[in-house]
Amino acid sequence: MRQLILTLSLLIVALAACTPVDVAAPPPVYDPGVDPTAWAEVPAGPFLAGQHREEATVDHDFEIMVTDVTVAQYVDFLNAALEDGSVKLTDDAVVVYYPGDPFFGKKHEMRIDPGDYVVVPLNDPASRFTFDGQAFSVQPGWENHPMTNVSWFGARAYCQHYGWRLPSELEWEKAARGTDGRSYPWGEEITRHHANFYQSHDPFEDMRRLGSRTTPVGFYNGETYDGFQTENAVSPYGLYDMAGNVWQWIGDVQPQEGFSDRLMHGGSKDTYEMDLRVWVRNSAPPFYYGPGVGFRCTR
Amino acid sequence: MQFIRDRFNYLFKSTKGLILVAIAMIAMETALFGMLSGPMAEMGVRDFVVRTLHMDLRPAEREGRIIILYHSIAMAVVAIEVYMVTSLVKMKELYRTISRLLITVGYWMAMIFGMAFAYWGHNWAFHGLYIAGLSLIWFAGVLLTVALWPWDPAYRLPRPAGAKGEHARRPVDMERAAFFATSLTTVLSALFGAVPGSYFGNGFNVFTAEDVIRLPEKTTMQYSIIGHLHIMLALIAIMLTLIIGRWLNFKGILHKIAMPLIILGTIVLNLGVWGVPTPLEHIAHTVIYVGATPAMLGALMLVIYGWDRMIREGTADLARPSAWQKIKALVRDPLRFGPLWQMVFMNFTVSGIGIFFAIRLDEIFRFWPHREEHIELTGHWHVLAAIIATIILLYYGDIIGLKGKLRKLYGWAIIIFSDLAFASVTIFEIKRLFISEAEQQPLVNTVILLMDIGLGTLLVVLAIVMVWRLTDLFKRQGRWTEEGRQELAEEVM
Repeated sequence: MRQLILTLSLLIVALAACTPVDVAAPPPVYDPGVDPTAWAEVPAGPFLAGQHREEATVDHDFEIMVTDVTVAQYVDFLNAALEDGSVKLTDDAVVVYYPGDPFFGKKHEMRIDPGDYVVVPLNDPASRFTFDGQAFSVQPGWENHPMTNVSWFGARAYCQHYGWRLPSELEWEKAARGTDGRSYPWGEEITRHHANFYQSHDPFEDMRRLGSRTTPVGFYNGETYDGFQTENAVSPYGLYDMAGNVWQWIGDVQPQEGFSDRLMHGGSKDTYEMDLRVWVRNSAPPFYYGPGVGFRCTR
Repeated sequence: MQFIRDRFNYLFKSTKGLILVAIAMIAMETALFGMLSGPMAEMGVRDFVVRTLHMDLRPAEREGRIIILYHSIAMAVVAIEVYMVTSLVKMKELYRTISRLLITVGYWMAMIFGMAFAYWGHNWAFHGLYIAGLSLIWFAGVLLTVALWPWDPAYRLPRPAGAKGEHARRPVDMERAAFFATSLTTVLSALFGAVPGSYFGNGFNVFTAEDVIRLPEKTTMQYSIIGHLHIMLALIAIMLTLIIGRWLNFKGILHKIAMPLIILGTIVLNLGVWGVPTPLEHIAHTVIYVGATPAMLGALMLVIYGWDRMIREGTADLARPSAWQKIKALVRDPLRFGPLWQMVFMNFTVSGIGIFFAIRLDEIFRFWPHREEHIELTGHWHVLAAIIATIILLYYGDIIGLKGKLRKLYGWAIIIFSDLAFASVTIFEIKRLFISEAEQQPLVNTVILLMDIGLGTLLVVLAIVMVWRLTDLFKRQGRWTEEGRQELAEEVM
């Protein structure tokens, strides 16, 4: 009898692991009221950079988007870019031409030759847009969420389309933490009310079935959403979501000779708060895309 | 006063008492600081502990904290190995006493002052005392190495039968030479951590090796740390293999083959790792593989010897035992079966996975984000460290004389629940091979649950043993009174 109970218990646990996930399950809908087309100004000058707060300088003024690029914004770009021919369709992806990276032949370095590279996949169930063969549209409810499942090539193509660019690592970090060397955009303490991270218990999270999901851009702005109180977690320059929600692609190419990955910063809905510290680096090959990676542009 | 003196003598002067103290220290540290991460953090326990104990956890210093945390635990594990070696292997009493004294004071200082420095603000006097503790441990290692000198005439083997002449040299005890080689290379390899540790640690400018793994060009100091962390765990594992071999009275032809293999493997493995921070880095990995192979073959010989012996002893009364009877004989005593099984199981959850990662790095793993690789690397060495801990705990079950049903219960609980956790960690590490990020949550929930059940049960078992040992200390004629006089060398199988 005891063996039977044990076997059944193990079977139930094993079956629980195989439960299918409805990745298209609709999210709750909230409007945080933050304008995703807004830009913030960051002045030139020194700031404390990195984990050990070493002095660094950004030698130019720049502007950076106040929020991550949203799904709605990206879908508009895809439709426009498809129409003007700056991106192309293949059977399973939207692709864009990229002139290639310098190659140094270092250990584990990937060769990124000139050619067409994936912008977004067309048939990935984790994408928050649909394509009917003619036009792209947003899956209902995800309009004001950050665009995800987009490669570095796709992020770069978006910014270039409008005459902008991806931020450098130094620009991104200064925009996130200001000049005083703080660990998070809002200061030194992090709670579940500051940002979307793993097990942060926001209204979009369903750890039993769906896992952590993105929150709308600008969600952590001090408002209360159906009883979920947020902190106003802006950076010193007024940026939202510079910690958590989605990793953000950085524009630097080969920041060290032979480093063919592209950097990401900010942590995401899928990582613990340690990854939300502003200096923490993630990286992936530029053709990588995933449900926890987005971007914003600089100009 | 006599009450305290007797207990103190047991706890700090006898082999079994010293081992108990070190395990208890690790258990307490694990219990306290384990509440700061994982499910405890998710449930809000961390915040309560931090507030209650007035901990000062600055975000920028997280890496420094965890480096001191696992070093202080590792130092206690190394101390346990020193206690075991000095009890199992013959040496001069002076060496034995001083190396034990140094390492005991050393790991206590490293643990207490290191953790105080890391988690309760930066009192630099504590940092100095932490470093002083580590230095004492290093000197204990030097002394142990001297004590294990295998060419000392007093420890050579008897002259083989048929050797010509009175003055024919007695052969060196290869097992002692293996202990010596492991101890010597451990002392030298510690320097590969100490030098960059001093360089980076002076100002708390620390990093974890997992963070820099994808940088194509690393500094000499970074390479040195990467080499150090790999070799130290490997050396702790090799020393434990030798300890388990001595406990199981490893001998015969397999022993004759295994000891040179372990010596050769250990030396070559170290040479490879020492080559990592040098211009020879490009061939260092090949040298490491060349060294790891004979070392692991040596461990395989021990497994074959141990299991074969268990089967033969367990079926001695049967004329022609069936396969089932042999298996029953093999698993009859989990405390003898377990350490060897954990060595085998390690190949599935650590060595095998590590080799697979290394071979397919550019084809598979470097296509994933760095954080995925970070998870794999962290899981990899956590499992190896935890397997080493379970082997020590299994041997400890025999050291404290568990018998009958209790012995079986303790042994099987450690084997089954730890392996459940390790297998779950392994699935978690490699999950991206078979499931996408968007669809992973049910699988993640299941493996995390199994990990928590496995590790939680393991910690409960350890807690029960510790509480039992604590209550035993209050008894006038408790088990501790016998243990105070016992040495491990008298209890080999």
